[in-house]
Amino acid sequence: MNDTFKITIDGKEIEARQGQTIMDAADAAGIYIPRLCSHPDLKPIGSCRVCTVVVDGRPQAACVKPVMDGMVIENDTPAVLQHRRNIIDMMFVEGNHFCMFCEKSGNCELQALAYRFGITAPQYPFQFPEKEVDGSHPDILLDHNRCIMCARCVRASQELDGKNVFQSIGRGFHRKIGVNGEKELGDTDMAVSDRATEICPVGCIIKKRVGYEVPIGQRIYDKAPIGSDIEEVHP
Amino acid sequence: MSEMVSTIKKICKRYGNDRARLMDIVNEVQDALGHVPREAFGLIAREANTHRVEVESVVSFYAFLSDKKQGAVVIRLCDDIIDRFKGSEAVGDALVAALGIGFDETTADGKITLEKTPCIGMSDQAPGMLVNDTVITNLTPAKIPDLVRQLMANPDPQALVAEPGDGNNADSLICAMVNNNIREAGPVILADYRKNAGLRKALTQTPEEVIEDVKTSQLRGRGGAGFLTGFKWELTRKARGTEKFVLCNADEGEPGTFKDRVLLTERADLVLEGMTIAAYAIGAETGIIYLRGEYAYLRGFLEHTINQRREAHLLGNTILGHEGFNFDVRIQMGAGAYVCGEETSLISSCEGTRGDPTDRTPFPVVKGYMVSPTAVNNVESYCCAARIMDKGPGWFASIGTARSAGTKLLSVCGDCERPGIYEIPFGTKLRELLARAGAEDVAAVCVGGPSGQMVGPAQFDLGISYEELSTGGSVMVFSNQRDILEVADAFMEFFVDESCGYCVPCRVGNVLLKNRLERVRKGVGEQKDLDYLQRLGESVKFTSRCGLGQTSPNPILSTLKNFRPVYNALVKENKTGFHKSFNIMKAVEQASAIAGRRSEIFHA
Ligand SMILES: Cc1cc2nc3c(=O)[nH]c(=O)nc-3n(C[C@H](O)[C@H](O)[C@H](O)COP(=O)(O)O)c2cc1C
Ligand code: SF4
Ligand code: FES
Ligand code: FES
Repeated sequence: MNDTFKITIDGKEIEARQGQTIMDAADAAGIYIPRLCSHPDLKPIGSCRVCTVVVDGRPQAACVKPVMDGMVIENDTPAVLQHRRNIIDMMFVEGNHFCMFCEKSGNCELQALAYRFGITAPQYPFQFPEKEVDGSHPDILLDHNRCIMCARCVRASQELDGKNVFQSIGRGFHRKIGVNGEKELGDTDMAVSDRATEICPVGCIIKKRVGYEVPIGQRIYDKAPIGSDIEEVHP
Repeated sequence: MSEMVSTIKKICKRYGNDRARLMDIVNEVQDALGHVPREAFGLIAREANTHRVEVESVVSFYAFLSDKKQGAVVIRLCDDIIDRFKGSEAVGDALVAALGIGFDETTADGKITLEKTPCIGMSDQAPGMLVNDTVITNLTPAKIPDLVRQLMANPDPQALVAEPGDGNNADSLICAMVNNNIREAGPVILADYRKNAGLRKALTQTPEEVIEDVKTSQLRGRGGAGFLTGFKWELTRKARGTEKFVLCNADEGEPGTFKDRVLLTERADLVLEGMTIAAYAIGAETGIIYLRGEYAYLRGFLEHTINQRREAHLLGNTILGHEGFNFDVRIQMGAGAYVCGEETSLISSCEGTRGDPTDRTPFPVVKGYMVSPTAVNNVESYCCAARIMDKGPGWFASIGTARSAGTKLLSVCGDCERPGIYEIPFGTKLRELLARAGAEDVAAVCVGGPSGQMVGPAQFDLGISYEELSTGGSVMVFSNQRDILEVADAFMEFFVDESCGYCVPCRVGNVLLKNRLERVRKGVGEQKDLDYLQRLGESVKFTSRCGLGQTSPNPILSTLKNFRPVYNALVKENKTGFHKSFNIMKAVEQASAIAGRRSEIFHA
């Protein structure tokens, strides 16, 4: 059985393989679809919705939607970009993001996406929720103010570290990341060497004492916009 | 060993220390201890072979579970908009006065807890409340002092039921003051029928022939989405898997819907017959009825009905002597979460986890409960299937319209003389339904619940059907005395409370929508706030992950479309040149205080 076929993204025909997601196929073809919760080493869960594309007229999350022969996909259209921008704005106003004082600045995927979308200030009113800061772990800081609930840490701990340090608790606007200990992160078996420590796209999980080892100005997204690595790939 | 420890160990053992039964375990711990204490999370996790944070994750998800100690009696006042319009707020005040506590508080003696809860499925006899599992309907403020006095003297809520309602509500296993309020019976579901004739007929055919019949009948799912039932069964049958499952969606969480309540009361046998036919058709041996926590009062009766069917060889091994056909059913109790009516959430909940939806590729028909092929159908869909097998697919398809075959069970409530259950052929005009229900001076009707549409008189000549006015059963009537945006606001509040929070647009977008609607309602909004609502609503619909977020902006979007003048009247231009939500007097107040003098330009 031939398991490669063609799909179309924004009018461009590309090769796709059975079992790939739309995002996998687009990545391989050098087409960047913006994303936040997805990570190459983790099972995708489709929670941030930034990767929304239109497939045969219907919205789908590219990170979870498997490709099918002949799919016609819209990625880079004004309507889709506007919806994505709205979602990015929502993430900024639901938390407390002080990018200019944040250790993650320059390495933060949310901040980098905002720049890529030309967002200087969110269009929605800040909600200023009260969030906890958990400094109980000797080597790791957990600052819920900057959490975007992408659940990368939940998956990394389970899938890559063979642990179960994190899980979502609560629901709706009060949903948050809980830890598998009596009270705080310090009560869990999390280690600084865990993959879950470095997989956070924002500044919610942070390694203590190394925040400014790489100076501002020389960080990942100071050099090139987010997505450039994918766009450089030419099949 | 402390009592708590031994109680919890016993409960976990009863469920085979199985993490997939975590819902049942924490439900029972809640009943036994009045809460699921945080100190017990670790113990439950160890006993049920899971992690502490997984237990917390489940307990924190469901509204009926709590990690704080509650009274032996928990009063949950229904806070639906229909109940509010029927006076539930005054009832709430009376409860607060009689108990001497506020909402979300427990009396000083630790005996009674007071809460609010969304629609409990009693909108035809509102205002209503739950006292533990007992339903109290037709409340008035005057009745409250007596009810509370009785509860203080005797904490058994069942003692409050002075006179049981009609039909099986009077059965000793239900004994509820609930009334069925069946106003109009139709030929399919509420007509007299020959018990198990459909099942007997099915067993004379091959499973493939049964599926063919259901396909020919054009039966579409009655839970709202309208997927072709025969097609769903065929996909489940054809999907690879050693085990397959039949799930009955009795979550009935859409506000204003109460028709499944009546079916479970009056047609429990027919529901189980339909599930058994489905099991035969797809090759399943296990079925689950997912019963919403609000309908716990029906559980004993349903269990009894299941037992009776086992004794009559209608469930169990070798059903009706049919060699190799084995099927049995269990009940899974929900615990107060609207999203658990969404089929993938329902499956998560049955598997003992929090009720987050899962991705719908693969679909449940391929990988559902326990990663096996699963058919999830609504209560009413199973009833239809059983009747189709008995009376024939042609008979069924001849009722209704070309694209909507059969009849639909509607639950009509709100401002009308005769709220209750109407079985109507598809295609019946909304106007005709309103007349039959005795609804006059109607300004708006919400068809399909908060996730449906708010329609006005210009739409009353449309028919109830999948192609025109689609509904899982909810029809809420609002007279011209009602504030339509108060209704929309209440619906948005519902979605904010019920969003699972998994995806960004639904978790955040609904909060933003509700806040902006409030601004408009206060009269400090402007035309551009209406554009904001429209655009934001469209984004939430477009990008949300499951059906909840994909429909949650409907109260705003459908009122913007059908009741625009109401909004326009609220956002008249203002002359100051400032945003209407900006109060200059307030803004300069502090500066004036510091300066010690009033502003020269802006002063009262
Ligand atoms: C948020 C949400 C809540 C739902 N609640 C219910 C419900 O209470 N009962 C129901 O039958 N279907 C409900 N559904 C629809 C189910 O997902 C599913 O489509 C249905 O159970 C399939 O059965 P049917 O084909 O017989 O209608 C809900 C869907 C969503 C998105
Ligand atoms: S739309 Fe998203 S947040 Fe809302 S209930 Fe569905 S998965 Fe949860
Ligand atoms: S990257 Fe696809 S939903 Fe987050
Ligand atoms: S810069 Fe994005 S979370 Fe700090």
